[in-house]
Amino acid sequence: MIIARLAPGVRSHGRDARRGRPGRTPGRQLCAVPAAVAFIVLLLTGCGGARDATGAGGSAAADGAEIDGSITVFAAASLTSTFTDLAGRFEDGHPGTEVRLTFAGSSDLVTQIIEGAPADVFASADTRTMQRVSDEGLLAGTAVDFATNTLQLAVPPDNPAGISSLADAARPGVKTVVCAEQVPCGAAAVAVADAEGVDLDPVSEESSVTDVLGKVTSGEADAGLVYGTDVRAAGGSVLGIDLAEAGAGATTYPITALAESPEAATAQAFVDFVTGPEGRAVLTAAGFGAP
Amino acid sequence: MNTAALPRWVVAAAVVGAVFVVLPLAAMTLRIDWPRFIPLVTSEGARAALLLSLRTSVSATILCVLFGVPLALVLARTSFPGRRFVRSLVLLPLVLPPVVGGIALLYTFGRRGLIGSGLASLGIDVAFSTTAVVLAQAFVALPFLVLSLEGALRTVGTRYEAVGATLGAGRWTVLRRITLPLVLPALVSGAVLSFARALGEFGATLTFAGSLQGSTRTLPLEIYLQRETDPDAAVALSLVLVVVAVVVVGVAHRVRPLGSLDPRGTASPKAPAAAPGRVD
Amino acid sequence: MPLTFAGALPERGFDVAFDLADGETVAVLGPNGAGKSTLLGLLAGLLAPSAGRATLGEDVLFDVGPGRRVLIEPRRRGVSLLAQEALLFPHLSVLENVAFGPRSRGLSRAEARATASAWLERVGTPELAGRSPGRLSGGQAQRVAIARALATDPALLLLDEPLAALDVTVAPAIRTLLREVLQGRSAVIVTHDALDAFLLADRVLILDGGRVVEAGRTMEVLTRPVTAFGARLAGLNLLLGRRTEMGFTGANGLVVPWEGPGRAGEEFALAIRPAAVSVARPGGPSTGTDHGAASGTSRVTAIVDDIEHRGEAIRVHAAGMAADLAPADAVAMGIVPGCAVEVSLRHQDAVVYALPAAPDAGRGTGRTGDGR
Repeated sequence: MIIARLAPGVRSHGRDARRGRPGRTPGRQLCAVPAAVAFIVLLLTGCGGARDATGAGGSAAADGAEIDGSITVFAAASLTSTFTDLAGRFEDGHPGTEVRLTFAGSSDLVTQIIEGAPADVFASADTRTMQRVSDEGLLAGTAVDFATNTLQLAVPPDNPAGISSLADAARPGVKTVVCAEQVPCGAAAVAVADAEGVDLDPVSEESSVTDVLGKVTSGEADAGLVYGTDVRAAGGSVLGIDLAEAGAGATTYPITALAESPEAATAQAFVDFVTGPEGRAVLTAAGFGAP
Repeated sequence: MNTAALPRWVVAAAVVGAVFVVLPLAAMTLRIDWPRFIPLVTSEGARAALLLSLRTSVSATILCVLFGVPLALVLARTSFPGRRFVRSLVLLPLVLPPVVGGIALLYTFGRRGLIGSGLASLGIDVAFSTTAVVLAQAFVALPFLVLSLEGALRTVGTRYEAVGATLGAGRWTVLRRITLPLVLPALVSGAVLSFARALGEFGATLTFAGSLQGSTRTLPLEIYLQRETDPDAAVALSLVLVVVAVVVVGVAHRVRPLGSLDPRGTASPKAPAAAPGRVD
Repeated sequence: MPLTFAGALPERGFDVAFDLADGETVAVLGPNGAGKSTLLGLLAGLLAPSAGRATLGEDVLFDVGPGRRVLIEPRRRGVSLLAQEALLFPHLSVLENVAFGPRSRGLSRAEARATASAWLERVGTPELAGRSPGRLSGGQAQRVAIARALATDPALLLLDEPLAALDVTVAPAIRTLLREVLQGRSAVIVTHDALDAFLLADRVLILDGGRVVEAGRTMEVLTRPVTAFGARLAGLNLLLGRRTEMGFTGANGLVVPWEGPGRAGEEFALAIRPAAVSVARPGGPSTGTDHGAASGTSRVTAIVDDIEHRGEAIRVHAAGMAADLAPADAVAMGIVPGCAVEVSLRHQDAVVYALPAAPDAGRGTGRTGDGR
């Protein structure tokens, strides 16, 4: 945010609209005041001015503009391996481009984007978080769904509790771990359990799917509800069990270029690449379903 | 205010440092949705988390006192080969990332851990229980008590203990009636710091204990989770934690001055005066 | 109770033996690092000797040697320690401080308090009973510390420079109090202050380098010192020399006729007060006590080594002796370091005596080395 202020002009449009949000104004004014803190932040970030210089003509980019320069992609944590792969392929296909990746929980990323983090592309793990970005008026166009993911029951390789279905995971004495309802994978878990008519009594409701998987791989939990892609990425350290009503908790992954991107053409090209045939193939290989 | 003794740039840098610490807290406070504040911090989840946090932190502090006091005594009053090494090991949780502590605890007390597997066969299951939260908190908080107490023990020295011994007091009497009362202020402030550390514990708990309302989801975990859907609730709860922390630090500081004991036990120590006829 | 002590601690270069009769007080003196604190530590049980044996009355304090290692815990020795600093427990009231010892030795709370009150009365501070030690003056604190040390009725009292930390205005009163309470009590008092030795002790033990270099009854040490340290303590000039046919010949060449016992060649010493030594410029008028050319006077010519101002006198160091003169006389004679003077003394002012050549059983102490 401070970086954006120090590089005036280029990326300032659209910011005023956000500033008008009720109940959020006082903090904004205050943040810009102490130059000392800004100085420290600059020290820590190593001064971010260069990025804007390369994108000086970016806002004028249109169809047919050159695809080069460097873009920053914010992607949901569950996309870590696939997007790392896709970014490499994209750079190979478009010499002169550089794709910088940031992975985190979708809601963390949304918060950062709304707070002014310099992202060009955002790929979310659910439509709800994407809606928040859209509400802020930060989308370049409309978000495109590019993948789906369904839950699987992950169990330790030796499956100590002898689990073969969601009903088994709900048996008394079985330690089942799920995501908390507040996070997308938790909402999906509730949907699947409802669809199967199973009353889950989890021993823990984690705030991220990684934490759920961690409890299973360490053997603390007998079962955990995670995404199929997570099971596949975990290799042999967990066993995946398909769920009858997995479809009830399917999540859709939307992707979009962001309105404030100074490299709009490159950002859009990356979105097109992910939603295109090559992107589809990589995602399928990782266990993602088609939208 | 008297700043004459210091170069101005030192004062300026100090101001920047203070601003650096205070400003984020102020910024957070400014974001609070005051009309919803009371409902947010008294929601069922928030109350359960706060109560759990207080309960587990008190338990963890008791554990710290039970084991930290003997540990500090042994470190300060005995000498054995490898004492310095043991000391740095005990203080390790102070500098360890909490998540590493969580992983270490998992491989110790977890179902397949070093001790946990034995406990499990006895029917004792630590994982996902409130006990696990207390263990995680005690693990990260123990060094605060040990460090505070060991320093005080060294400062007080052994001279009062020697006097007590020549007056006929046994080891237990010396410990109970002399050593511990002398370091009581440090013990209290160490315990308060341990409590504060336990209250703020997040990483080890998340890794080791899990997160379930009422049994393992402490206030920091609740804040982390609320942030996903309701940032306003997270901010409100953060303020609660800040207030508790400020109170705790205040208590710890209040206790401090008593810790600076005059080893002579006199009000106004006078310089040894040269008496007439002194030989040296 | 009678005390016998022999203890060695090689890592501190300490090897000392002495005895103390029942009810006697011995003052232990010596330069810094002489081993005075080590001696107290060994007696109190705060240090363990490598070898040696000590008994207090019938009880063994320690007995360490090849194949045996008896070390009685400090609390079972019946020994109390009074240090330079009062070291009152800051978290207990004055009364509770004094009651601590009796209570630790098994008295009931009420009995211990009664004992403590009696002792506070004895040291003259009954009104301080309810005070916190932090609110006492240095002298008050030391009085309370004395009461605390004695409230356990110790068989042996150890005092480690009990007056050194006190204001000069307070020390005399505390010294008087100690003099009272030490009557008839076995005590070892480590001190830097000669006055403590004179007023409090029956015997003097001078340590240097971890050994006893001089020991004896206080009066004896003060009149016939055998070491430079002892002489300084007594405020005397100690002139070492030998018995000769004529009497005594000092190391500086001074000859004093003497008809006491002894064979020529034996080590002898001469002691005299600096005020009784007079100084004159050769050929000029003499000063101080005018010895003139009278008989019964010995003189030696020497160069002035040093001059110092000392109280009301000027102390002139020459010929290995010190002479005190009135400042006006020193100025009148123009005495400066390096000038030649004639140093003289009257025979009636000097004491000549034989130096003990071996450990002196009569003094009840071991003597190793002669300190020269």
